[in-house]
Formats: sequence, structure tokens, C-alpha cells
Amino acid sequence: MARYLIRRILLAVLTMFAVSIVTFLLFFAVPTSPAYVMCGKQCDAHAIAQTEHRLGLDEPTYVQYGQFMKGMVAGRTYGTGDLAVKCPAPCLGFSFRTNEPVTDIIKRTVPVTVSIVVGALVIQTVLGVGLGMISALKRGSVFDKTAVGVSLVGASMQIYFFGPILLLIFVYSLHVLPNPGYTSPFDNPGQWFTQLLLPWATLGFLNSAIYARLSRAQMLETLSEDFVRTARAKGLPKRKVYARHALRAAITPIVTIAGLDLGGALGGAVITETVFGVNGLGRTAVQAVNDLNLPVVMGTVLLAAFFIIVMNIIVDVLYSVIDPRVRLG
Amino acid sequence: MTATASSAATSEVQDDRPYLEVDDLRVQFKTEDGIVRAVDGISFKLERGRTLGIVGESGSGKSVTSLTVLGLHNMARTRVTGSVRVNGREIVGLDEEKVRRMRGRDMAMIFQDPLSALHPYYTIGRQIAEAYLVHHPGQKAKAKRRAIEMLDRVGIPQPQRRYDSYPHEFSGGMRQRAMIAMALVNDPSLLIADEPTTALDVTVQAQILDLLDDLQREFNSAIIMITHDLGVVSRVANDVMVMYGGHAIEFGSVDQVLTEPQHPYTWGLLQSVPSLRGNAEDDLDPIPGSPPSLINLPSGCAFHPRCAYRMIGGGPCDLEVPELLPTAQEGHVVACHLPENERRRIFAEEIKLGAE
Ligand SMILES: Nc1ncnc2c1ncn2[C@@H]1O[C@H](COP(=O)(O)OP(=O)(O)O)[C@@H](O)[C@H]1O
Ligand code: SF4
Ligand SMILES: [Mg+2]
Repeated sequence: MARYLIRRILLAVLTMFAVSIVTFLLFFAVPTSPAYVMCGKQCDAHAIAQTEHRLGLDEPTYVQYGQFMKGMVAGRTYGTGDLAVKCPAPCLGFSFRTNEPVTDIIKRTVPVTVSIVVGALVIQTVLGVGLGMISALKRGSVFDKTAVGVSLVGASMQIYFFGPILLLIFVYSLHVLPNPGYTSPFDNPGQWFTQLLLPWATLGFLNSAIYARLSRAQMLETLSEDFVRTARAKGLPKRKVYARHALRAAITPIVTIAGLDLGGALGGAVITETVFGVNGLGRTAVQAVNDLNLPVVMGTVLLAAFFIIVMNIIVDVLYSVIDPRVRLG
Repeated sequence: MTATASSAATSEVQDDRPYLEVDDLRVQFKTEDGIVRAVDGISFKLERGRTLGIVGESGSGKSVTSLTVLGLHNMARTRVTGSVRVNGREIVGLDEEKVRRMRGRDMAMIFQDPLSALHPYYTIGRQIAEAYLVHHPGQKAKAKRRAIEMLDRVGIPQPQRRYDSYPHEFSGGMRQRAMIAMALVNDPSLLIADEPTTALDVTVQAQILDLLDDLQREFNSAIIMITHDLGVVSRVANDVMVMYGGHAIEFGSVDQVLTEPQHPYTWGLLQSVPSLRGNAEDDLDPIPGSPPSLINLPSGCAFHPRCAYRMIGGGPCDLEVPELLPTAQEGHVVACHLPENERRRIFAEEIKLGAE
């Protein structure tokens, strides 16, 4: 186990390294200079060159990358003399646009995205897995058919269609919910909740559809397993056959998928944040790409990769805990 | 052994009648391809302390028959008619909760493939203890002791330690023993063993058969041994039922069926068993052709497309279903249109000689 984790962590560091290089290369493959984007039409060649110099963009790519890595590992000092600004490790630099440290931007946006994603995850697992399991147990019933129908609609619906409709109804027409946004739950839990309710409901409901279909299929397959028949043959009551024997086996792949989904979603609930106008990691990342805001792009991309890699490791470890046949190594 | 009051009440032996009586049992599954007539009119009786062997190629309805005795079919897609009486109590149509309370003690089952029949996520010991707890609620400590005791009895070394092993950590033979321990933990009055030794090597197979023998002697249980291995049948069974295409086609004592079989299908089975012939493998004659589809059984005698002695073209074999009729031997019944003396002659002159 310890050896496995060490190997996985080394591999993760390597992956992050690769992601950072690829992002850097992709960034500089764009023909437009960030300085041009920042400065706009009124800038002449001289002004642009000055801006480029100020941002360090006039250095060769590999030098810039080296400086970036040095900042990550040891911290970095920008400017010289009285104007010098210290950026302690892990230094991701400053936003080209606002000069805000990228680490601050991340600290500000991560709780937003985590709130949205975790809230939705709770809804989609409780609602989706619950519906799917009940559907499987009541296969062929009216309940089952309704659930299958609803989840088919849900699974083929998109957030950017469903989200605005809900916004229109609950915020602009009925005025029962405030405009979505983010307030720290430590400052005002009530507002945190009501402002995020709509994003949660939208994302949670749509993802429930997928989870319901998945759980139903998984449970049906498990119910036809020999060990479920054995449990019945022992004389166990239905409740125990389902809960202890069938559910336990059916839930394992769902835990895996939920874990991987979580990792992916934390990297930026881009569409949800955009639709509801909430400034989380996803929206920030998209904006940074549009602005050619290199430090922010690097920061958000690396963080997204980090979430995905960490959740992958957690899921693998969890799997070995749930299923005794799985050996890590 | 001390039986609890409730166990004494449900397992009480009614001496005047056989423990298991199956009468004209029919089991049909509705599938997309049509109705599968998996069991089509089977009758037999089994007393305590006796063993019935059920033989037949795979797909002949053996497992379906035994699952019916435990009431384990999904009734939404299965039609069961006829009668199955366990200890005098009708199982067909009985309330699920009542059948459930009988499972594991009034009738228990050893499944064919222990790797898939045991839950992969729970330890062997826990799964055995769980079976005990169904009929002895609340006695957790006792259940654990009992599970370890059963593991010991089925010949698993270091049972204390192996209690905490998972199924995948056991060898095939060990898993089968654990499965048997689980089936026997409540001292069942009727034990159905569905091909319990198929996947095992000969030595382990012999040990397991001995074990079932001992347990039967101790608890006077009735046993149904399902197998397609006539060698196993000859070792353990008192009576034998031969099944083909969901029908019983020959029934009798083990001597009658194995040494004087009268049905051409039984002859075929005998000729495909190496242990009864004592010859090298290359002398094996498997029955030509393959088992019939239970959705669309051949007309008349279901075996006629594969039978070397069939009488067709105006003859009865492809037109009339042969009835299971008595022979000159008491208790020996056969379903074949050939006259009995003809069957005896063919067996004596062609089959028996060929086997020697
Ligand atoms: N639940 C089911 N639904 C449909 N067909 C089934 C079902 N269970 C068994 N059968 C069919 O019934 C026939 C008899 O099966 P089975 O009793 O398992 O044969 P065996 O003699 O090998 O144990 C087979 O053709 C099988 O495909
Ligand atoms: S009834 Fe006819 S086809 Fe069937 S086993 Fe007897 S001889 Fe063969
Ligand atoms: Mg079978």
C-alpha cells in the first residue's frame, strides 16, 4: 500500500509536469501576443514591446518556463530594487490583467466551484442512485417506466437549455430565489444556500438522470448474480438480500464513477458557472484563455489536473477497500 | 445437538409420508424467443435418509427442478404448476415469506459454481454465520463458533484463521467445501447438491462425497444429487432419475438404472462415462447430436433425432410422446416406445458387450 502510494504520487508529479509543459507550448502556439490583447487597438508597436518586456514575454519560451517552475518550487521575485515584489512558493505569478496573485484568484474561486460541484453531487447520488435502485427492484412497474422515461429526457437535456428556463421561472418571474452567486457559507449560510440552489438543482437533476440509468442497469445485473440467489437460498429476508448483498456489489462501480466525475467537475464546472454567472474556477479559466492571461491559465489548468489525478488515486484506494479482490500494486 | 423449539416444530419428521413429494411439476419461463418448458411433468418422492440422483446432459432441467423446490424462481416471469410438498407442506403457490422461513433448514442447496455463488465482498466465515443467524436470530457469538465448527467438519485446515478469508483466497475445492458448510450449517432435512463436484479433481471429489455421506448418516437428511456424472451417482444414490428435455425418461433404483438401463438415452450416457467402462479416453462414445431446445422440443419422443433405435416413418417415435411406464422390475419406469424385451435384448447384446 505505502509503496503503491509512493509510486502513484511520483507518477502524479510527472503528469503535472507534462501538463504544465503542454499548456505552456499550446499557449505560445497562439499567434496573438497577450500584450496585444491587453493593450488593445490604441497601442503601437513600441507600447506592445514594452508591455511584453514588463510581463517577461520577450524572453525565450524555455526561459519563461524555467522561471515559472522556479517560482513553483522556490518562489520568485518580480522586478528589481524598490519595485521588487516577492512571490513566495508555490508562486503561480500575477494575473496579466489585474495583477492579482494567481494563488489568491484560486483561493477565491475554488470554494465557489467546490460548493457547486459537491452540492450537485449530493443531489445526483441520492436522487439518481436512489431512483435507479428502486427502479431495478420494481422492474417493469409504473414507477420503473416513469423513472426510465424521465431519466432519458434528463440525460439528453443540456444545462444551457435547462438552466436558463429555471432562471426565468424562479428568479425572474416568481422571484422566489435570488440571482445565483456565491456568498461564503461562513459569512451567511442562508444566502449561500439560496443562491446556489438553482445551480445545484440543475446540475444535480441532469446528472441524476445519468446516475439513475447507470444504477438501474448495475442493480439489475447484480440481482441476476448467483450470490444474490445464494443469499435468498439461505432464507434471508428480501430487505437483507437487497441491502447487504445486492446493493453492496452494485454500488461499487458507481462509487468509482462518482469519484472520477468529482475530480473532473472540480476542474471547473465551466458550463454551469457560465450559465448561472457564478465566478468559479471554470468561468475564471475560460476568461483567462480568452484574455491570453498566461499565469491564470497555468494556475487553473494545473489545479484541474491536480484534482483529476488526486481523485483517481482516491478512487483506486477506495476500490481496494470496498472490493477485497482488488490488490493495489 | 440441541434443537430450538421452533426448529423442532418445522423439521418434525412425518414418518407416514416421504419428506419430499413432487407431482406433475411443470416450470415454464416466458422469454422473448418463446416459452421455455424447462420442466414438463416430473414426479418423484424422496424419503429422509435416502439419496436421489438426477442425471442428464446440461440443459435438461435439473437445476430448474431444484430451484423450484426452494421456491427460488422469479415468479413474475415463471409459471409453476403441479405440486411440490416438503415435509407435507405445499411449496407451489405458498406465500414467499413462508417459503423463505423454510429455506436453509427445511431445504438447503449447494450451488454449482461456488466462486460465483459466494459473495465476493464478504468473508467465508461471515457468510456461513449469516446463514446460521437466519434461523437462530441474535446468537452472533454462537453463529461464529458454529461456522468455525462447520469449516472444520468439511475439512478446511485452520478453520479459525480461514474464517476471515475471502472466497477468492480459497482454492476451488476449498470454496466448494465452504459452500457445503454453509448449506449444512442449519442441519437441513433436505439437501440439494447441484453438481457439487463438477469442477473438482477426483481426490477432492471423493472427499466431498464422503463428507455428504457422513452428514446424511448423522442427520438422516434426504439428499438430491444432481450431476451429469454417472460415476458419482453410482457411488451415492439410492434412486436415479434420468432427465431429457425437461422430462423424466427413466427412473429406478441405482442398480436398475445403472446396470440394467432400458432407455436408449441412458445407454448413451453410460457409454460416455469413462469410470464405468474402465477404458482409455479414446473409447468414449459421446451421444451424437446436441440437447434439444426447450422452446421447441422435437415431436413425439424428444430424443428421437439422436436415437439409434428410433422407429419413424409411420412409427410412433416422432409422433407420440412415450409415457413413463412400469417395467417388469418393481419401481423401474421407462419412457420408450421400444418393447421391453427388445430393450433388454439390445442392452444385453449391443450395449453391455460394447462396454466390456
Ligand atoms: N430463468 C430462466 N429463464 C429462461 N430460461 C431458463 C431460466 N432458467 C433456466 N432456463 C432454461 O431452462 C433449461 C433448463 O435449465 P437447467 O435446469 O439449468 O439445466 P441443467 O439440467 O443443466 O441444470 C435451459 O435450457 C435453460 O436455458
Ligand atoms: S421412443 Fe423411440 S426414439 Fe425415443 S428413445 Fe425410444 S426408441 Fe428411441
Ligand atoms: Mg444445472
